[in-house]
Amino acid sequence: MRLLPALSSALLALMLASLTVGAAQVDLRAVFRDPQAMLVLLESRLPRTLAVALTGAALSVAGVLIQALVRNRFVGPDTSGTAEGAALGLLAITILWPSSPLWLRMIAASLSAMVTTALFLAVIRRLPVREVMLVPIAGLVLSGVLGSVVTFVGWQTDLMQYVGTWLMSGEFSGVISGRYELLWIAALAAGLAWFSADRFAILGLGDQVATGLGLSTAAVMRLGLAVVSMVTAMVVTTVGMIPFVGLVVPNLVARVMGDNLRASLPVVGLAGAVLVLACDLLGRLVIRPYEIPAGVILGVLGAVLFLVLLHRRPAHG
Amino acid sequence: MIQIDQVSHQIGGTPILHDISTTLPKGRLTALIGPNGAGKSTLLRLIGRLEPLQAGRITVAGHDVATTPTDRLARVMAILGQQTAIASRLRLSELVAFGRWPHHKGRPGPADRARVTQALEAFALAPLAHRFLDEVSGGQAQRAHIAMAFAQDTDWLLLDEPLNNLDMAHARALMSRLRALVDHAGRSVAMVVHEINYAAAWADHVIAMKDGRVIAEGPAAEVLTEALLSDLYDAPIRVGQHLGRPLVLHHV
Amino acid sequence: MDSRALDPGIAARRPEAAAGPAPDRRPALILGGMALLLALLAAVWMLQGLGPGNRGFILGLRATKLAALVTVAVAVGVSTILFQTVAANRVLTPSIMGFDALYVLLQTVLVITLGGAGLVGLPPGAKFLAEIAVMSALAATLFGTLLLRGARDVPRMILTGVILGVLFRSVSGFLGRIMDPNEFAVVQSVSFASFNRVDATLLPLAMAVTALAVALAWRMSARLDVLALGRDPAVSLGLAHRGVTLAVLALVAVLVSVSTALVGPVAFFGLIVAGLAHGLMRTAAHAVLLPAAGLSAAILLVGGQWLFERQLGQAATLSVVVEFAGGLFFLYLLLKGRIR
Repeated sequence: MRLLPALSSALLALMLASLTVGAAQVDLRAVFRDPQAMLVLLESRLPRTLAVALTGAALSVAGVLIQALVRNRFVGPDTSGTAEGAALGLLAITILWPSSPLWLRMIAASLSAMVTTALFLAVIRRLPVREVMLVPIAGLVLSGVLGSVVTFVGWQTDLMQYVGTWLMSGEFSGVISGRYELLWIAALAAGLAWFSADRFAILGLGDQVATGLGLSTAAVMRLGLAVVSMVTAMVVTTVGMIPFVGLVVPNLVARVMGDNLRASLPVVGLAGAVLVLACDLLGRLVIRPYEIPAGVILGVLGAVLFLVLLHRRPAHG
Repeated sequence: MIQIDQVSHQIGGTPILHDISTTLPKGRLTALIGPNGAGKSTLLRLIGRLEPLQAGRITVAGHDVATTPTDRLARVMAILGQQTAIASRLRLSELVAFGRWPHHKGRPGPADRARVTQALEAFALAPLAHRFLDEVSGGQAQRAHIAMAFAQDTDWLLLDEPLNNLDMAHARALMSRLRALVDHAGRSVAMVVHEINYAAAWADHVIAMKDGRVIAEGPAAEVLTEALLSDLYDAPIRVGQHLGRPLVLHHV
Repeated sequence: MDSRALDPGIAARRPEAAAGPAPDRRPALILGGMALLLALLAAVWMLQGLGPGNRGFILGLRATKLAALVTVAVAVGVSTILFQTVAANRVLTPSIMGFDALYVLLQTVLVITLGGAGLVGLPPGAKFLAEIAVMSALAATLFGTLLLRGARDVPRMILTGVILGVLFRSVSGFLGRIMDPNEFAVVQSVSFASFNRVDATLLPLAMAVTALAVALAWRMSARLDVLALGRDPAVSLGLAHRGVTLAVLALVAVLVSVSTALVGPVAFFGLIVAGLAHGLMRTAAHAVLLPAAGLSAAILLVGGQWLFERQLGQAATLSVVVEFAGGLFFLYLLLKGRIR
């Protein structure tokens, strides 16, 4: 359990760094004397820092859940049709009711994400061979097919711009106070999962074990589905999908801590926050004063980590 | 003759074969026996250049397998590995016809067609010739693969557990067919056999392997003794006699 | 081989059956029919609604687009069959395994390095040929290693290829951002396929390269038939497996470069085409499969573009529809257990 304090301090350090890095110079020691600096800090830096950390934490926890639902380590909310589902829901409500209130949009996105994720679960249950590697392949292709539907609808209705920000950016530079608060809901949903951590851990052991222990798998599946879909929908709407976080972080943590989710879920959340925040910071520093979206950096880093995970022998089990 | 000199092999850092030197005599039916993981298949695959040689030297009828062009080797020996799943959708006749490829390189003549017909008949596949591989049973597909190696018409035939998927009648028929090839057509056969009594009943020469080493070799009657087999399989094994050949009583 | 087998009466009952398939006119008839259909489509494409004025200009425009569509179709169809053969797997396409992403990455890297060295003025033709050469070498090395090493665990090999594709795309995006943070439209424009927007400057060269690659592939037909049996049987039959594998991958790389340069990445189109070619011809002979794949791809693409552009007025959407249908087809194959 030395991970928890180490990750906490890393997160704290990164958050402090995140508060100081940006186009405008902000001296943290002087903010109480400088109203301009205070404004930048409260309206832009702090919201951004929180948004990044919340996104990373929520997506990583969602990754643990989806991996428990499909009993496969090589999937994440970005490779199971969830993000595309959320985008479809958003498109639908935007077309049907352009002036709909925000909360309704969120419900539409979450419900639609739930439907497509359930579709993914249905597809992999019908895979004839119990081959570990086929599940992620099916997920990637299903995401691609759903993505092409989203693109098609987006083109037809001149909404491609939105589709781009939902599915292809993963960018935090637009985050200001008042435009990221939905992510708190995502984090809250992910936090709820912790109370059912044991159930998800048992679910990951398989239907037979779960039933043997008297667990209603259907109810746990529904809960997991709801959390994953809500988290993804919130992230897609506010900052756009971030690739690989939900896939890689749970794997890395499980390597060290195993799959006792009650103990590991907080660590997963922290590690996810650290990873995304580090990438966001990197993106702000590499080509200053311009920015590279965190999603782009994670696309590269995440793919490399995934390949490493794929070709290392399992550490245990 | 197949000459094996100081061959060692490892897969992913794990040693599979340790410094093996032996010979497989020409004009004989040689059986490779031994417990699981002894390295029999690896040795056969090395002879058949399905795996690249790491250390040592192997010659087949005087051809060094490491340096002889592979298409030349294909006219000297035919090897059938254990994995026979094929992605293409082929008819049995088409699969067997590939056995002639080393000879015609894509332009089959009448002689090639005759050979294919002969191979299909020899393995009782003529009535199935137009069926697709995925439409016949595992044993029938296995026979088609053996027929393909047979159609290759080489002096040496190397078979890795060819009796897999074959029922008793077809297994016996195959052994009898191989015996006839050796006795009447002057061919040489080397095979990995799991069921030791097929070696006892049909093989001339037996090579017994354990833990990547050859622990005994020689005429079947000399190798298949109670002491040696008990040692080979780490279990007490009795050997009886049947029609003048050893009969291994390992199942009781 | 048992007593029945040794009884000549039974074995000889169908003597011709064993001699391999009798000379079958079916493939030739189908190929002829497909060629005819393509010619018909091409005629409609060229001549439909041709008014009296400005004929030369319109015909030239249409001919260019027709040539581009056919070139891309042939490149995609043939490269997919070749790749499925070399991978001994019927559900893969070069795009699924990241070939086109590698080409896009290569383009991005070349723009950066050449731009840095002041070589922007290189003629597009020369640049294209250089890209194809580098791409062939790179793809043969990379995917050769992947295929030759990964044969034992096919799903892992596929997943590795898919993720490599994602990695290449991400690195291209990353480099695009660094190159020009304000405008990454360059990278964006090559990350979607569009049959509507064809780079005409490269067309003559692309057609020549495609023709050459297809001719080479066709000459290898007999060896491809053996290669499709899988590694062990191919080696046993004396095929220089490694060399042929690398050569075929290089050809695939050339063809993917052509199609990607002309219209952008098309991930699943090849899957439909290859499935169609296999289903129609019902043979594993590449001498027949390769032309069948090229022809059916051309028919689908020219016919599809005609339908969407001229009839439905939706020029841009064909690629999306094709990808959607192709992706569903892939999932269908997956669910049928056809992936091995």
